[in-house]
Amino acid sequence: MRYLFYPGCSAESSALEYKTSTLAVLEALGAEVEELEGWTCCGASVAATMSDLLGVVLPARNLALAEQVGASPLQAGGTEGGTRDMLAVCSACYTNFRRTAAAIASRPRLLDTINQALEVEGLTYRGTVEARHLLDVLANDFSQEEIAARVQRPLTGLTVAPYYGCQTVRPYSPFDDGQRPTSMVGVLEALGATVHRHNREASCCGTSLLTTKPEVGLQMVEAILEASNPADCIITVCPMCHFNLDSYQDKVSQLVGQPLRIPVLFLPQLMGLAFGLPESVLMFKRHVVSVSLALARLS
Amino acid sequence: MATSEVINLTTVKRDPTFVERLTPAGELLNRCIQCGTCSASCPSAHAMDLTPRQMWRLAQLGFQDEVLHSKAMWLCSLCYTCHVRCPRGIPLTETIVKLKQLALQEGIGEWRESTAFYRAFGEVMRRYGRTREIEFMVRYFLASNPLTALGYAGLGLKLLGRGKAHLELPRLGGEGRLERLFERVAELEGQR
Repeated sequence: MRYLFYPGCSAESSALEYKTSTLAVLEALGAEVEELEGWTCCGASVAATMSDLLGVVLPARNLALAEQVGASPLQAGGTEGGTRDMLAVCSACYTNFRRTAAAIASRPRLLDTINQALEVEGLTYRGTVEARHLLDVLANDFSQEEIAARVQRPLTGLTVAPYYGCQTVRPYSPFDDGQRPTSMVGVLEALGATVHRHNREASCCGTSLLTTKPEVGLQMVEAILEASNPADCIITVCPMCHFNLDSYQDKVSQLVGQPLRIPVLFLPQLMGLAFGLPESVLMFKRHVVSVSLALARLS
Repeated sequence: MATSEVINLTTVKRDPTFVERLTPAGELLNRCIQCGTCSASCPSAHAMDLTPRQMWRLAQLGFQDEVLHSKAMWLCSLCYTCHVRCPRGIPLTETIVKLKQLALQEGIGEWRESTAFYRAFGEVMRRYGRTREIEFMVRYFLASNPLTALGYAGLGLKLLGRGKAHLELPRLGGEGRLERLFERVAELEGQR
């Protein structure tokens, strides 16, 4: 398996542990991963609020770069070593790439306009790249047996609450159900963990409301933390979700008047733990809520 | 506008072409049957001055000012639940993004704690091509309400201590990384 990796801004800074653990886990699974050179911000939730065109041009700039270096089915054979899927780890980046692809598919003249803009960057896009989410790759490109075969330290005794968030599974995600997702379960079970299913797995983490309207955002985080009880930790696949769930537990505790403390791990961190990968790539020390609470459950 | 207020249809300014500007839904908004699935699905509807259902009805009727001045759109966290559940297949979430865009363009002054967020983020993207989390937050707090930054000071220090956040000096002069692309997009948008 070969992938062209788009880390996105968060995995390059606040969620660096997501990037390092993703790369290490994919390597352990025998995948070949190369970072997309020259990538820029996907536009987050902001570019489209500035203009309709900017909202598709910023993702398209990265798709064009990816197309150039072989993340395109049309280039199979033409590029040395064949094609590579473009891999996003942030659900907002993933959604922006797929939203742009959907817009291009439904509006025939849009690609021309995008290319008129990309001209100043010396880029042209033919519209051939399909971005994939890390969860899609981990759940579907590797069998449960392949994952289990890498496990050196089975997570027996650890109960984990999967948390998918919103944009990982809707509205552009073809690999799972948009409201009752299940794709993480097989991966978690392959690691030997016990899965705690709950009714907030695809609820919203509040995204930027934690900054702009904290009184509303904190309630959304609280609902997810509550629903995850009695799991030993929450497993996420998005830097924004991770930040909100991990960083605001003190404030949520103040809000509800009782201490809430549950470690929040990225899926590749949990896989890395089971694979016996070192702290230098898992970087648990960066978390606000100490992961040792969960690790203590492991025999 | 309080939800219980009566709107006098003869005196309120209406723009019947308002829905046409609300991409990507546009005319599709007229398909809305006011079932309320959007309001029932929205995780922040409880805190809105207009529920999503009310907001879409006002939009259909052309009550542009009532919609653009409401707080509702700024409470949308883009969870796409209303979008995937709408029985009429209207792309609601992305149309809320358009409402935010129009409100920002009109320079609507209410809800500065939200509008400042988008402006600060846009500026950092244009300048560096990638997000710089600390500089963005500093710009945001300065433009919204610097006092609210105090509530985040404890968390900020914790994040710095864990290496989750790191300080970088802002680069204020020179051409921004995506400056030319932003300008080209503005030019093309102007030609339409």
